[in-house]
Amino acid sequence: MEYLPNILFVIALIAGIGFFTRNVKKLSRNIKLGKDVDVSDNKPQRWRNMVRIALGQTKMVVRPVAGLMHIFVYVGFIIINIEVLEIILDGILGTHRLFAPLGTLYDVLIASFEILALLVIVAVVIFWIRRNIIRLKRFIKPEMKGWPKTDGNLILYIEFVLMLLFLTMNAADSQLQQLGAAHYTEAGAFPISQFITPLFDGLSISSLIVIERAAWWLHILGILAFLNYLYYSKHLHILLAFPNTYYGKVKPQGQFNNLESVTNEVKLMMDPSADPYAAPPEDAPVPEKFGASDVMDLNWVQLLNAYTCTECGRCTSECPANQTGKKLSPRKIMMDTRDRLEEVGKIMDANKGEFVDDGKQLLNDYITPEELWACTTCNACVQACPVSIDPLSIIVEMRRYLVMEQSAAPMELNNMMSNIENNGAPWPYNQMDRLNWVNE
Amino acid sequence: MSEQLKVKTMQEFMAEGKQPEILFWVGSAGSYDDRAKKISRAFVKLLNKANVVFAVLGTEESSTGDVAKRAGNEFLFQMQAMMNIELLNGYEVKRIVTCDPHSFNTLKNEYPGLGGTYEVLHHTQYLKELIDKGRLKLEGEAYKGKRITFHDPCYLGRANSVFDAPRELLAKTNAELVEMKRHKKTALCCGAGGAQMFKEPEKGDMDINVLRTKDALEIQPNIIATGCPYCNTMMTDGIKAHEKEGSVTVLDVAEVLANSLNL
Repeated sequence: MEYLPNILFVIALIAGIGFFTRNVKKLSRNIKLGKDVDVSDNKPQRWRNMVRIALGQTKMVVRPVAGLMHIFVYVGFIIINIEVLEIILDGILGTHRLFAPLGTLYDVLIASFEILALLVIVAVVIFWIRRNIIRLKRFIKPEMKGWPKTDGNLILYIEFVLMLLFLTMNAADSQLQQLGAAHYTEAGAFPISQFITPLFDGLSISSLIVIERAAWWLHILGILAFLNYLYYSKHLHILLAFPNTYYGKVKPQGQFNNLESVTNEVKLMMDPSADPYAAPPEDAPVPEKFGASDVMDLNWVQLLNAYTCTECGRCTSECPANQTGKKLSPRKIMMDTRDRLEEVGKIMDANKGEFVDDGKQLLNDYITPEELWACTTCNACVQACPVSIDPLSIIVEMRRYLVMEQSAAPMELNNMMSNIENNGAPWPYNQMDRLNWVNE
Repeated sequence: MSEQLKVKTMQEFMAEGKQPEILFWVGSAGSYDDRAKKISRAFVKLLNKANVVFAVLGTEESSTGDVAKRAGNEFLFQMQAMMNIELLNGYEVKRIVTCDPHSFNTLKNEYPGLGGTYEVLHHTQYLKELIDKGRLKLEGEAYKGKRITFHDPCYLGRANSVFDAPRELLAKTNAELVEMKRHKKTALCCGAGGAQMFKEPEKGDMDINVLRTKDALEIQPNIIATGCPYCNTMMTDGIKAHEKEGSVTVLDVAEVLANSLNL
């Protein structure tokens, strides 16, 4: 019975990490449903982007209040992981404060964890107030109703409780150290939890141990649960922000990709020696669909973008169409892409890994043409995203489908395009008049 | 109209067996749109003043296909691009200057992938070069004491990080340069991009150009300068919507420069 806690801990750890691994596999399978895209270029620039944007949070601090609060939570998240390592080792080995022999360094570490924990609590409270009391516009847009709103708040509650448990654990521990309880060797400095300690005045050693153990267990089980919550929430950005900033666009924002499948056809059309009536060779591949009507038509980086989005809404708040009351919201484009991708993933799960047509697609069932046509392609959303998501590329890919596969552009645009076809200008003027401006 | 502009076509250069320093890509707006034609003329006056040997394609020029690409018609874009590239490569064009940031962007970034690699400059970059080299001298006090704000065209600024050239030019006219709250990387779009110029906006509660001109009017400029024929139209309409056309003028940077030189 002596080893029961260790065994229970190892079981919890394996279950937690095992379940998480399962979800990571699913995540990776879903992302790979996207088309291949060459991202092997500009490696040094890509690494720099990752270091600067994800690690360095440079785009977060464009908005100083949210940026600073986010840095508290971000640094807290990373640094407190050192403490989690100790907790995990203690759990497996049945030790208590394994790293205590580090001496002064240990005191400094524990003290800094405590200060960070307090900063996280402050940040989380401010975040909650911004979402629920001040109700910042970008947090109450139509796409944020229901689960996205709950999800956002749940994450804040979990983080708040985890930090509180950590501080409670330390408070009870330091009290036990003072009372000279067995196993509770004197170690650590407790600049924050010392303010909780007075609440425990007069409690017996055994009650304190119950409190300390309960807080310890709830804290680590909470962390394991939170790890597994990621896949079901918008919170995956804490992991995916890193690959996403690496694979993000490294070309000028105004440069759209040239569709290769179109290039081949255009070259054939312009080749005077090509036989327009020639039958395609037997082994010719099925002609590629132009543009995207569903998630599988997008490339995998765009799908990674969708999982990385944490719905902060900076893109939408900078979008000129959204600011003037149009339906388009770049954040919704990303949320819809993810929701549809999840739906496709679930269909595959239910059909032994094969996708079975469910009569639905990203276009119309999630994203309407009205949203797509409202975009000015101004790149404000791309510029605003703190983790290099590119909603514009998805919008353009879907416009391509509407225009090239369905001829479903707004009438005025069809007129504009036939003008270009007929006289090389978007207006119905004669090409022979192109130089008239010189003499007017 | 006023004095005769000196404009030669690529074909004429070819016939003489000569190469111009630059090709001026006029663009569809600059060729046909009444307002934008004035920008083309202003730019040419500056080129003439600086004795630049330049050519235009004239009736051989055709749409870059940019607007078709933004609308999703990749097919039409590539058709246009490949025809233009054939022409440009045939004339052995090396350097292109344009007053249209949309042409600038697609020629500079999207044509190379289809076989057309040129050095492409926005006219504000080229004018700055002329001034830096001493070929064009800015003098005159026409804009002294005037408040000018520069509206960043999306495809010049955010899309290609050209922020300084137009501002440096404006500063040289002795005008007082004032910035809108949202400028450079965070500048708000005028509302014309992505083929919006050619269609009615979707249902909303305001037009984008009205919102953007509100940004400008907040800092009480005498002149809103820009570097894009489409921005120019949108900002001009926005000013009208605010009924400020009596006190605020929308001008291209080239027009500001030409005016300050009394051209």
